[in-house]
Amino acid sequence: MTQEEIARWRARNPRAFGPPPLERAVFWAGMALLAAWLVWVFWLFDITPERILNGLSGLGTIILLMIPPSPGELWLDILQGLAESVAMAFLGTFLAALVAVPLGFLGANNMVLNGLARFSLRRVFDGFRGVDSLIWALAYVRAVGLGPLAGVLAIFTADFAVLAKLYAEAIENAEKKQVEGVTAAGGARSLAIRFGVLPQVLPVMLAQALYFFESNTRSAAILGVVGAGGIGLQIAERIRVRHWDEVAFIILLMIATVALIDWISGRIRRRLIGTADGRVR
Amino acid sequence: MSGLAVSDAVLRGEAAFQAARRERRRATLFALALLAACLYLAGWVSEVNPEVLIAGFPRVTEYFIRIMPDLRWATLFADSETEGSLASWFYRWDAWALLLLETANMAALATLGGAAIALVLSFFASRNLARSQWSYQLARRTLEALRTVPEIVYALIFVWAFGIGALAGILAIMIHTIGALGKLFSEVIENADMRPWDGVRASGGTWGQACRYAILPQVAPNLISYSLLRFEINVRGASVIGFVGAGGIGQEIYTVISFNYYEEISAIVLMVILTVTAIDLLSERLRHRITDAAGAR
Repeated sequence: MTQEEIARWRARNPRAFGPPPLERAVFWAGMALLAAWLVWVFWLFDITPERILNGLSGLGTIILLMIPPSPGELWLDILQGLAESVAMAFLGTFLAALVAVPLGFLGANNMVLNGLARFSLRRVFDGFRGVDSLIWALAYVRAVGLGPLAGVLAIFTADFAVLAKLYAEAIENAEKKQVEGVTAAGGARSLAIRFGVLPQVLPVMLAQALYFFESNTRSAAILGVVGAGGIGLQIAERIRVRHWDEVAFIILLMIATVALIDWISGRIRRRLIGTADGRVR
Repeated sequence: MSGLAVSDAVLRGEAAFQAARRERRRATLFALALLAACLYLAGWVSEVNPEVLIAGFPRVTEYFIRIMPDLRWATLFADSETEGSLASWFYRWDAWALLLLETANMAALATLGGAAIALVLSFFASRNLARSQWSYQLARRTLEALRTVPEIVYALIFVWAFGIGALAGILAIMIHTIGALGKLFSEVIENADMRPWDGVRASGGTWGQACRYAILPQVAPNLISYSLLRFEINVRGASVIGFVGAGGIGQEIYTVISFNYYEEISAIVLMVILTVTAIDLLSERLRHRITDAAGAR
């Protein structure tokens, strides 16, 4: 291959030899912007190598103090906190699912025909979703006092809107034929919902509630940090007094509990979805 | 004769139907009883029962009514000194906007750092590229350990090690992000087409070169899309990580709620919702554009 052959190929098929100059310029400009932003945020948050090194050595000390993990003397409190977290997650999810069912029917477009009401309802749903459950927990602690009730209410508030939205989608995706069948056989509208829609959507709804229960076990574990009961309170207290071996123990216990709940709920979920599939086919 | 046979079949069918119905009813009843038992147990452990809920209800409504702003139509657009105006409701909006900007930047930096480290780890944690069983298991288990601990727990610990401030929060979110993104990244990589990989390896490319030139171009759009999705989640996380002193708007939310500055609570939460929604919409646009461009190629 001679030089001029290469030049000819380059002229015929420039993109095969790498991006054109303009694209390259845009790329490097983007990189320069990224670098400038990085310099700015490092300055803004005062991130220096010295601070990172100091912090890492502090972290190393903490990790050394964590070994071996120990339940400490108040291990009964830890177990109670863990049970409280799971109970909070369960009650919060149960209440959220309970409220979400009628809201889901209101939000579904094949059930309620008023478009404007539905639209505003969905925007409200989205708004609830934008607030983290920790913020709700803090507010409920001020409203109803310290304790698990605040946690239950926080989980409920953070989730019922999202669940309602998912339920509305499930209802919209339900097959119409069953409803038509019940109506054709002379069933009233309520009967059509009970025997036409509910059997189709109930397994999906239950499965979604279980899925939320799993994720809520994780959130319930930390709600105690702001005083809403559960294991989070125990962990925050022990970090405050720097009992790192007990902190490590609680973290390990939390991971084990979450894994256990995931496993149980996953099994039930698969069974539910399985029967739903079986029934449709 | 035939009528008898039919009625026999009908009877058998009816009996089978009744049996199946009994079975299902029994299963439903059992599930309901189990649910009731769980509910009772959960209520007993957490000391939450219907009475407590009903007693708490008026206090909750009272609280939410109190945090609503006292807006008056006549003075709605007056300056911040006037009672009942929008400006007096949001009288510290500039400070909050700055804090929100800081929060978003914390989330962005944590996502960027987390995604970069997750990218490196995910190549080791993908079954199809694994160099050895040993490094594969190590990378997998590391990612798992990083994502199972909640961000706020990391933040609580890091505040001790790195001092109060945004650095602790950024690192806490970053650590969690590495675990969460690393798993998603390695799943994408496992689904990548292996023919380019074989090509690069056959022409003498090293493992690293094959990752860079055979795999990365295929998976980059998906990885960026996942990172943007994680950025949305991290903005929410960063807005509360200040509760434990790890920077961002969380500190301000904590103060406002703890000291019962009622109207400020609704103002600040509204600003958080608006910011989160705006970032979500923007990032969703971007994600769709990236996946569309990748699909068109």
